[in-house]
Amino acid sequence: MSAPAPATSKGDARPIAFVSAQALRERMHEAVNDPHLRTSFRGAMDFLMAKRAAQFPDESELASLRTLSEAIRQYSLSKLPDLLEQLEANLTRNGVQVHWAADAGEANAIMLGIARRHAAKSIVKGKSMVSEEIEFNHAMQAAGIEALESDMGEYIVQLAGEKPSHIIMPAIHKTKEQIARLFADKVPGVDYTDNVDALIQIGRQVLREKFEQADIGLSGVNFAVAETGTLCLVENEGNGRMCTTVPRVHMAITGIEKVVEKLEHVAPLFSILTRSATGQAISTYFNMISGPRKPDEKDGPEEVHLILLDNGRSQAYADEQLRKTLQCIRCGACMNHCPVYTRIGGHAYGTTYPGPIGKIVSPHMMGLEQTHLLPTVSTLCGACGEVCPVRIPIPELLVRLRGEAQSAPHANPAMAGQGAGYSALASFAWRAWARIYASPGNYRLFSWLASRLRALTPSRQSGWTAARTPLTPAPRRLRDMVRDRR
Amino acid sequence: MKQPPRSPRSLPQGGAPNGFGPGAREAGTTRDRILARLRASRPSQPLPAPVLDEHYAPRARNETLAGRVARFRAGIESFHAEVHLASEAGWPALLARLCAEKGVGSLLYGAGTPAGGRLDQSAFPATALRPWAGCVEDLKAELFHRIDAGFTQALGAIAETGTLIVWPSEAEPRTLSLVPPIHFALLDARSIHPTFFDAIRAGNWADGLPTNALLVSGPSKTADIQQTLAYGAHGPKELVVIVIEAEGEVR
Ligand code: SF4
Repeated sequence: MSAPAPATSKGDARPIAFVSAQALRERMHEAVNDPHLRTSFRGAMDFLMAKRAAQFPDESELASLRTLSEAIRQYSLSKLPDLLEQLEANLTRNGVQVHWAADAGEANAIMLGIARRHAAKSIVKGKSMVSEEIEFNHAMQAAGIEALESDMGEYIVQLAGEKPSHIIMPAIHKTKEQIARLFADKVPGVDYTDNVDALIQIGRQVLREKFEQADIGLSGVNFAVAETGTLCLVENEGNGRMCTTVPRVHMAITGIEKVVEKLEHVAPLFSILTRSATGQAISTYFNMISGPRKPDEKDGPEEVHLILLDNGRSQAYADEQLRKTLQCIRCGACMNHCPVYTRIGGHAYGTTYPGPIGKIVSPHMMGLEQTHLLPTVSTLCGACGEVCPVRIPIPELLVRLRGEAQSAPHANPAMAGQGAGYSALASFAWRAWARIYASPGNYRLFSWLASRLRALTPSRQSGWTAARTPLTPAPRRLRDMVRDRR
Repeated sequence: MKQPPRSPRSLPQGGAPNGFGPGAREAGTTRDRILARLRASRPSQPLPAPVLDEHYAPRARNETLAGRVARFRAGIESFHAEVHLASEAGWPALLARLCAEKGVGSLLYGAGTPAGGRLDQSAFPATALRPWAGCVEDLKAELFHRIDAGFTQALGAIAETGTLIVWPSEAEPRTLSLVPPIHFALLDARSIHPTFFDAIRAGNWADGLPTNALLVSGPSKTADIQQTLAYGAHGPKELVVIVIEAEGEVR
């Protein structure tokens, strides 16, 4: 099987930086009007919410575990530079080669260098959202190297020339009939079947051959342990174990925020991760990798590499409030509980990470020029913050990002692209509004004028009237009616 | 509000603001730059270290060995694994019977372990016993295409979730519990810990982990197609656990 084509008509496999603010509006509109998509996301999210709830029957246990998990993540971040150095030292001692990358370009160049040194023709991949973030598959393809996804959901999405629509369940937008047709079309010698077990067995057969033959295995990292120099991976399928065990070279890539100090710190984080994500008490596999094959050992990769990626994370780190973004353990619970995500699905956002977490993390990765509209794609209902296992105040961060995007550009901003959503007219309107509402005299005058001049209210009021009736002042003010009643 | 057409505004020349992003000019390697940036903005004092016992200690269970075995069993069975109880003397015979029932033609196991030593002396009626010999490169094709089952010992288990602790070694390589369609694991009931946290603490894991350490909770599975659970994704399709009980304690 050859690598899939780079882009498709739907455009879901396009590089992430492609989505402009205008395109984002159109994509959301399209998604909201797609009844199939609405039905499948509604069903899937209801399912995941119920499964998560069933894992936390004891409120006080959940509260205590969240407090502990939040404390561990905040503690780790407070020592981040030290822990990264400790991690590097221990991994190096264990025989793992550690690389640092400032951005996607550097990360891909490092991995391409490793692949070239081994004259690699094929790379088999375990699930890694960071590899999606850096468009790893595109970079390898451009260099003539096959990068094949092996997680069943990722495999399906890659075969269809799309991108994941959920960080945990990448193919959640597809029905089994669509997958059946895809396999029949794209996998040689396969007939149409929509039996899920049969479909999984087809994937198993195709990918087993790849595991056996691939030169390099790539994986992400869920937790990196500084004190032992250990990379931890959470998965159900066994493809993560295959990718990190069978090929001669294992490359792991992770964001710099994933490090924790002590091995025991992963116990609560792992527990709350699987329960929040898919409502599983535990995943089938928890894989702790501390080095390449030792001289006496009979299998395992001969070389292990870790790529530590910044890509905007150090920007988030520099601000005390925005730093909380980095507490994330990528469970996906915030998207499962998000009324907006449920209605527009994962692709509409156009970013690698969709949903609430995507809205708070993408602006750091891509800059606010590209993403200034994202923080507004929210009702601020608060569901995301309520379920987040590490208590990231997502709604608060969304408000902050809206401010960063829409305030007048100034020197020394906290974020790249600050002010990208600034509009002089809007800013004037809000300042005037504030002035009117801050003074009783101004307010009385304004409301008196508004009720007298109501006939002049414009019938088209920008974004408001796109989906609602126009705002028109009442003929009589409330204060007048109250006065008459007395 | 209407968004006016936008042009990049007021970004300092030469790249992104604040020295972030690809345009930033700083000395040193990427590593040094990232670390310097983090150092410049990290809190002056690290936060106090989290106290894990505050969560775990009040939730500790006063449980008998039988209680732990029962919880482990219920957990791992709910993940679709099979559990059998055996005595120290009787487990090879049980394994032979299970292999015959499942039509296992060839069973690969680790040589030079105590359990492997027992199998070296056994003869299974319907199954060829194969001790692992050489490196994975020498037997990759066989491992992927002809071996029906792998047998390993478990280092321990976790009662709370129904989880096996597997530490591969020179004698029991990693692929033994991964590639063959059936994985048989031998577990001593006395090595079942209440929680993962307890296992890490009791075994002093932080002082030395093997190249690869694993937690295994059932056969490989996926729900990636329409949230429908299917077993046998990429790893073993079946996980069979033989629990050796200290005589009389479990029943
Ligand atoms: S922000 Fe919180 S809920 Fe969302 S993925 Fe991250 S950890 Fe999970």
